[in-house]
This record gives sequence, C-alpha cells and structure tokens, in this order.
Amino acid sequence: MLQTTQDRRDKEVITPILREIAADWSADQEVFRHTHWGKAMMWIFLLSDSFIFSCFLTGYMTMRASAVLPWPNTAEVFALHIGGRDIPLVLIAIMTFALISSSGTMAMAVNFGYRRDRRKTAALMLLTALFGLTFLSMQAFEWTKLIFEEGVRPWYNPMGAPQFGASFFMITGFHGLHVTCGVILLLIIASKVARGHYDRTGDYSAVEIAGLYWHFVDLVWVFIFAFFYLW
Amino acid sequence: MATTLADDLRPLHHPHSWVTRYIWSQDHKVIAIQYSCTAIAIGLVALVLSALMRLQLGFPGAFPAITPDNYLQFVSMHGMIMVVYLLTALLLGGFGNYLIPLMIGARDMVFPFVNMLSYWFYLLSVIVLVAGFFVPGGPTGAGWTLYPPQAISEGTPGHQWGIVTMLVSLAIFVAAFTMGGLNYVTTVLQARTRGMTLMRMPLSVWGIFTASVMGLLAFPALFVAAIMMLFDHLAGTSFFMPTMQSAGAITSTQGGSPLLFQHLFWFFGHPEVYIVALPAFGIVSDLVSVHARRNIFGYRMMVWAIVIIGALSFLVWAHHMYVSGMNPYFGFFFATSTLIIAIPTAIKVYNWMLTLWRGNIHMRVPMLFAIAFIFTFIHGGLSGLFLGNVSVDVPLSDTFFVVAHFHMVMGVSPVLVIFGAIYHWYPKITGRMWNETLGKLHFWITFLGVYAIFLPMHYLGILGVPRRYYALGQADFIPPSVHLANQWISIAALAVFAAQSLFFFNMIWSLFRGPKADPNPWGAASLEWQTPQTPPAHGNWGPKLPIVYRWAYDYSVPGAERDFIPQTEPRA
Repeated sequence: MLQTTQDRRDKEVITPILREIAADWSADQEVFRHTHWGKAMMWIFLLSDSFIFSCFLTGYMTMRASAVLPWPNTAEVFALHIGGRDIPLVLIAIMTFALISSSGTMAMAVNFGYRRDRRKTAALMLLTALFGLTFLSMQAFEWTKLIFEEGVRPWYNPMGAPQFGASFFMITGFHGLHVTCGVILLLIIASKVARGHYDRTGDYSAVEIAGLYWHFVDLVWVFIFAFFYLW
Repeated sequence: MATTLADDLRPLHHPHSWVTRYIWSQDHKVIAIQYSCTAIAIGLVALVLSALMRLQLGFPGAFPAITPDNYLQFVSMHGMIMVVYLLTALLLGGFGNYLIPLMIGARDMVFPFVNMLSYWFYLLSVIVLVAGFFVPGGPTGAGWTLYPPQAISEGTPGHQWGIVTMLVSLAIFVAAFTMGGLNYVTTVLQARTRGMTLMRMPLSVWGIFTASVMGLLAFPALFVAAIMMLFDHLAGTSFFMPTMQSAGAITSTQGGSPLLFQHLFWFFGHPEVYIVALPAFGIVSDLVSVHARRNIFGYRMMVWAIVIIGALSFLVWAHHMYVSGMNPYFGFFFATSTLIIAIPTAIKVYNWMLTLWRGNIHMRVPMLFAIAFIFTFIHGGLSGLFLGNVSVDVPLSDTFFVVAHFHMVMGVSPVLVIFGAIYHWYPKITGRMWNETLGKLHFWITFLGVYAIFLPMHYLGILGVPRRYYALGQADFIPPSVHLANQWISIAALAVFAAQSLFFFNMIWSLFRGPKADPNPWGAASLEWQTPQTPPAHGNWGPKLPIVYRWAYDYSVPGAERDFIPQTEPRA
C-alpha cells in the first residue's frame, strides 16, 4: 500500500517536475523562462556574495578555535543596562527585529509593484529603507559603545581574545556596508517608482530585483546573529 | 523590457562618437580587445621578469644588479601576473567577451554597461599592481601565494608597501571579474538565439561558461583572504598572525592562524587552475575539430567532463598543503579527490586524440599549437599524478619538479592554446590574414623551446634542487650537472623569449599589411564565422538574428557544398 502511494507520488509529482527541469535546461534561448535578465544576474551575484560571507564566517570560526586568550561571553558584552539590570542581547534583538520586519515590508512592496500600484510600492519601499536606517543607526550605537565604553579595538580587546574585536568589526562592518548599499539602492528605486518611471516602461522588475538583494542581506544577518551573537 | 532580445536592436547601446565607440565602449568586441591588449601588455612585464630570473639562475653572480630581494620580487610578480592578470583576464575577459555573444548568436552581453565597468576596474587593478614596482621597498617578494606571516613580516621584500598594492589590486580584480563573470554566465543562460540549446553550444563556450561560474564561487575566498591580510597588515589584527619572535622580541600579534590563509588561498587557487584550463580545453576542442575536419569525438562526454572537472576542482584544494602542517588525515581525502579528477581529464585527452584519428588534418599554425597543447598537457598531467600522492609529493615539495609541473600544465599549455586561438580567430577579429611562415617559425621555436626549458627542470627537481632560491651555491647534493642544466634552461628560455617578437611582429604587421581574409578561412561551422560582416559590426548580426539548426561540428559531410555544414543551415 505504502509502496503504491509512493509510486503514485513519484509519477504524478516528481516525474513531471524533473521533466520540466530537463525541458528548461535543454531548451533554446533561455534556461529560466521569461526571467528578467537583471533578476537572473542578481541571483547569480547573490550566490557569489554568499561565498564571501561564508568565507568570512568560516574564517571567524577558525579564529575562535585558534585564539589563545578566552573568547568573551557575547551575552554579557552585548547586554544593555536597562531599569537597574543587564538585559542580554536586547539591542541585537531589536536590530534583528527591525531587519526582519523590513523584509516583510519589502515583500509587500514587491507585491504592490506587480499590481502596478505606484503609491503603495513607493511608500513600502521607503518604509523598508527606514527600517534599514534604523538597523544601521543601532549598529552605529553598538559600535560606539563597544569602542568607547568597552575599549574594544580591531587589534585589541580588554575582555580576552583580540580576534573577537577583529572579526566583529570586519564581519558586521562588511554586512553594514551591504545594508548601506541596500538602503541607497532602495531609495533610488523608490524615487523612480514614485516618479512613475516604471509605469512608463511598463516593467516593475527593478523593485523585485532590489527586493532579492534586500532579503539576502537580511538572511545573511540571521547567520551572523546565530554564529556571532548566540554562539 | 523584453526578456528575449530576439531581433530587437533597441536595448543595444549605440555609440555616437569615436570615444564611445573605442574608449568608453560597451560593445563586447571592443571590450574584448581592450581586455586582451591590457592582459598581453602586463603579461609581457611578467615575461621580462622571468627572463631576468633565468639570467640570475643560469649565470649566478654575472648580473650583480639582480639582488636576492629583487629575485624574490620577480618570482612573486611573475607568478601572480601570469596566473591572474594574464591568463584569467585574457581567457575570460578577452576570449570570453569576444566569443560568447558571437558563438551563441547574441547581439552583445546582457548588461553592456556592467561589462564596460568590468574592463575599467580590471585596468585599475593592473595600474595598482604596477604601482607596486614604484612604491618604497618595491613589490612584494612573498611568492605568488603570499603566505602570511612572512608576507607582512620584517625581512620579506615589499612587506610594507608592495604587499598592500598587491592585495588592493587583487581585491579590485575580484570586483572586475565579478562584473564580467555575471555577464558571461547570464548571457550564456538567458540570451542564446533561436535553436541554440546548451547542447549545441561550441565547447569553447562551455569551457568559458563553466570557468566563469567557478570564478564567481572561487574568487570570493581570495577577496576575503586579501581583506583579512590587509587588516592584519594595516590595522594590526591577528587573523593570520601567530605569536612570533622578531629580532629577539615577541611580536604584538597572537593567536592567529596562518593555515587559515592557506585554506582560503587554495580554495581560490585550485579552482583558479581550472578557471584557466577549462577555457583552454574548450577552445582546443574547437581548433582540433575544425582543422582535422572531424566532428569532435564524444561531444556530450566532453561537456560533462568540463562540468565535472569544474565541480571536483572545489574539493581538492588542500593537495597544495601536504607539507603545511595541516592534519595529515586530510591528505588521504585530498589525494583521492585529486586523482579522481584524472578520470574526466583523461576522457578529454582521449577524445581529442580520437577526433584527430583518421581526420583530414591540416597542419596550419592554429592546429600546430592545438596539437602542441595536447603534448604539453599530457606531460604536465602525468607529473601531476606524482604530486597528487602525498608520499611522493612530500620529497618533491618546493623543488623544481613542482615548477616544471605547473608550468607545463597551467602555464605553457594554456599559453599555447591562446596562441592557437589568436591565430585561429585573427582573420575574424581583424579581417586580415597573418603570415604563415612567420607563424610556423614562431610555433616551432616556442614549442621545442618549452620542452628545452621544462624537461630539465623535472630532473633538477628529482635531484632535490629547491625552488625560489636566489643562488644554489656549493652543496653536496648538487652535482655539477645542475649548473649545466640551469645554463641550458636559461639559454633556451631567452631564445623562446626572443622568438615571441616574431609573433608580435606578425600580428602587428598583418594588421596593416596582411592580405584581406576570407570571412570563413578555415571552413568552420560555428556561428561566429557566419556573421554578415568581417570583422563583425556593432550588433553582430545585422537586422535578423541567426537561427541555429544543428551542432557546431558537422565536418566532412558527404555531399555538402564545402565539406561542412554551418550551424545556421536548416536540416534537410
């Protein structure tokens, strides 16, 4: 009985999917049918970029293994003193929340872009950019606190392994650079949306392409959050 | 925007002036020529460096102007320039740009502006690299592998400024390559003409395409390694720096991992070998097929071999690190995966030979270079079997055997293919024909000279002569024959060096005085020879894109008009 259900699923679901994949890859002109060139290119770029972040994170893990001095406890380092007690990772939690919310508003912007809703698309993209700016300003606050209050430097760390500061500034800095580029990209595209540029060309793909990049930056943050702050 | 260009000319950027046509050009053919000329120019610098090294090695003491520091700097710059700035840039930026759109029937790359930026970033990276020669202390002398801690420590030439220009230049190069590579990959995937399926693409495109995908995944590791080493050097971090003693004092760095750099470097470095080799594999397949008037033997096998070699090359990097001090158990895994690559590679070699088998071989210059490649590649591949095995590699590590191996397999072999490819496509690119006699003279001196240079190096390596040594001096294990061999190698190297002027004279002279070339002088079936104009005009195909009906290898067809059928001819 189980065997036949399995067989049927193979026949009805998996086989046609495999056939379609084979048909796409053996077709002429395009592998990904009706896919905007920019979208295809963005996906390939993100694949390449994910290798950069993987190398950074792998490097960081190796650092942690090879460091001679003890690694600081991130729950304590990244705690804020609020209402008379230390709350661990509270700032990072808010930052993560802001970034993940921005992915939500971005997805909505893409949705309204498909519906050719100029105003809502532009407004939601602007909101996404604002979430991004919130993230960046909180990151700036965190860096300031770490540098001026805790005395952490890329080459020196009073709490233990100097590699902690080095990998922290390098990895969050590189990610912050990505967020900054993303905010600028979002603002440019949003202003083009607002001015009706894409209504004239009849193609809102740019919104989705910017969205792909933005979701990627968000996803990378989840990994940095997990590997750097929670570990 | 239309997702397919079809016969639409609008998305093309049409130049309006001489400057937008030839300087800030967005035409893939012009960009290809810009890339090629820049790569060859910087390659000539590396060639001069190798001649200087040979002068020192062959006649130690005769040239006091070459100091030990200079020698190490020559070694480092020669290696890095040849691998990255010449071979990668020429095969992907040059041939990739020129051939991809023409061979798959596109009007241009999908994003011509990004493609243009790619070239200008590349030029910037070359300028920063060359700046290394003029900074205080000169360029880095850390070897092309740039291993820390020595690359940024006192005592290594160029440890202050030279290493900075090198790392910055590499980071810019990665950005340039990413912009180009994204274009090549997207163009192949999404912008082919009607009838052009992936399995009808010429093998040149398959090689360049796979190499571009690999570049997009391998260069990030180099980028990250460069950034981290810049931090170590400029900000005093300890990513790669362990605790060290320098002039009796303990350094301020501690806890870093030099092995991490080696892993990152070779995660880039090994795929890089195939980023250079795969386009050469593809191009040589087409040369062999066209000039032997035979369809390529086992086309599908050839495609899958390219793809499998590309994938496997990401799993073998630590075979460069058998003596690095990494966990010895890794050696077993990496030796195994390394030797597995021999299988698809051997398939390719056999298929080239079976293509030649009973072919109607025309010994023209491009064909001579293609056959020479098969020779040198087999030799380099066989010495690779020695080095891939841990127990054989350990005594041969850091000897001239390694130098001979990698020069044979990834230095000389791709360069021979590049020569063959330039001779092959020159009539299409310039519309003129080169001089056959000069070409043959150039070929024979280069081919025989290469063997005269690199065969004796295997012998030196087996004797245990170490590489990267400024002078050997007197040592018990070095017999007098070593000095004789070194002199012989140097003389041969200088002869080959001089013979390259034949090539440059031939190419430049023919550009102005060569006879007008036939649009399809070799009787090739692939699309780039079917363009309405020679050299192809902007937009490549005139008003209508070509339609493809068959693969690119219908040669010696009985009853055909010219013994071959172009890809654009409908099936009967």
